[in-house]
Amino acid sequence: MIIANNINKQFGKLKALDNVSVTCNKGECIGLIGPNGSGKTTFIKSVLGMVVCDNGFITFNGKNILHDWQYRANIGYMPQIGRYPDNMSIGQLINMMKDIRNEKDMQLDEDLIKQFELDKLMHKRMRTLSGGTRQKVSASLAFLFNPEVLILDEPTAGLDPVASEILKEKIIKEKAKGKLVLITSHILSELDDLVTQVIYMQDGKLIFHKKIEELKTDTGQEKLSKAIAAVMLKTK
Amino acid sequence: MKKIIKYVIIDILRNKIILAYTLFLLALSLSIFNLEDSSAKGVLSLLNIVLIIVPLVSILFAAIYVYNSAEFLELLVSQPLKRKTIWLSMFTGLSVSLVLSFFIGIGIPVLLYEFSATGITLLIAGILLTVIFVAIAMLAVVKIRDKARGIGAVILLWLYFSLLFDGLVLFILFQFADYPMEKAMVAITAFNPIDLSRIMVLLKMDVSAMMGYTGAVFKDFFGTVAGLLTSLLVLLLWIALPAWLSVRKFNRKDL
Repeated sequence: MIIANNINKQFGKLKALDNVSVTCNKGECIGLIGPNGSGKTTFIKSVLGMVVCDNGFITFNGKNILHDWQYRANIGYMPQIGRYPDNMSIGQLINMMKDIRNEKDMQLDEDLIKQFELDKLMHKRMRTLSGGTRQKVSASLAFLFNPEVLILDEPTAGLDPVASEILKEKIIKEKAKGKLVLITSHILSELDDLVTQVIYMQDGKLIFHKKIEELKTDTGQEKLSKAIAAVMLKTK
Repeated sequence: MKKIIKYVIIDILRNKIILAYTLFLLALSLSIFNLEDSSAKGVLSLLNIVLIIVPLVSILFAAIYVYNSAEFLELLVSQPLKRKTIWLSMFTGLSVSLVLSFFIGIGIPVLLYEFSATGITLLIAGILLTVIFVAIAMLAVVKIRDKARGIGAVILLWLYFSLLFDGLVLFILFQFADYPMEKAMVAITAFNPIDLSRIMVLLKMDVSAMMGYTGAVFKDFFGTVAGLLTSLLVLLLWIALPAWLSVRKFNRKDL
């Protein structure tokens, strides 16, 4: 579904992405793992077209994303730090997003809004929200339009245990529907029961892309966190 | 595109600065027309204010607004929207709201007190200058990432167009005083939209005699329909060129 082919991105002297090639298919749930500054977010942003790669190309359903923009209708994106217009209320923001999309026979998925009890906070301005509530808004927006692909950048960072459990259940539910889910996280124990594949990145390079069972047998570890720790030690 | 323009305009109109700007212009133009005994003189006083304040407020407000909308732009870019649409909507929204304040603040008093060719030319010049300086601000913002540096650059640009350019022209004039510079001056004014607007309005007032021989050459050129159309075209180019360059830059920008 998403194919990245030899993409490179340089920020000044820093090579954020170094010849990264990835293939992601429907029904997969991919965990994007790597140390801080390893290029995970840059990779996600280049899939979304928010960062333009220096060379290489990315295709979405066989179409190059460079001059396409409609493909983004199929992606729900939850940013690492959700930044929204300060003087809009939650309700206005959600209505604006619906209004901008305004597709016919659009199926809205408002489960998360209900479960996070955002409907009680609709009149609150974005600037007054706590980091966790902001994350809840980001998550609700990512799932709102029932996209085929979900890209979640550190989804549970800043969420309370109840909320992160709700979000995890939602991710599992959407995965079961055959959607492609891309998650980055540093809390590996959380990814354990979610992901089917792991992409490990370091210094902008893709170190490996494996099925989780494969990774576990390769490292001889039962837990994802232990397996990744074993890999990190080996690469050092 | 219409929807994004709508959201931008709603957001700007909620801004108190734009309201203050409108009221300030309104108070200014009303007091000038009421103080001067002839409204033609009023237009002349108003012209000098329009040429200084309108570009300054337009360029500063547009730059600060776009910097503060970084989150909004980021949000829109991850949505199924063309970047060109997003950027041009921002540009249109800013231009429409600033032109609206200009029209309420200066336009209505001018139409009431001095409904003449001069008055209308002043209005057209003011509206064009507003849009030109919004376009220049958008170009500066897309080129410079840092907010403080960007706002500094925008103030310098304004200073250049309203003061430094004239100094430069005077310097050239004195250096080449022995040569016939009058025709060349017409071409040089094309490089500064503020000067171009000033000359356009002044010539409509028949005060070109006060500008000496250069004034006569200006009258020869700008007084004709062809000259007027050329200067309008140049002003439109001052909108189109920065806007086009900024769209091109925004298309490749990392957010």
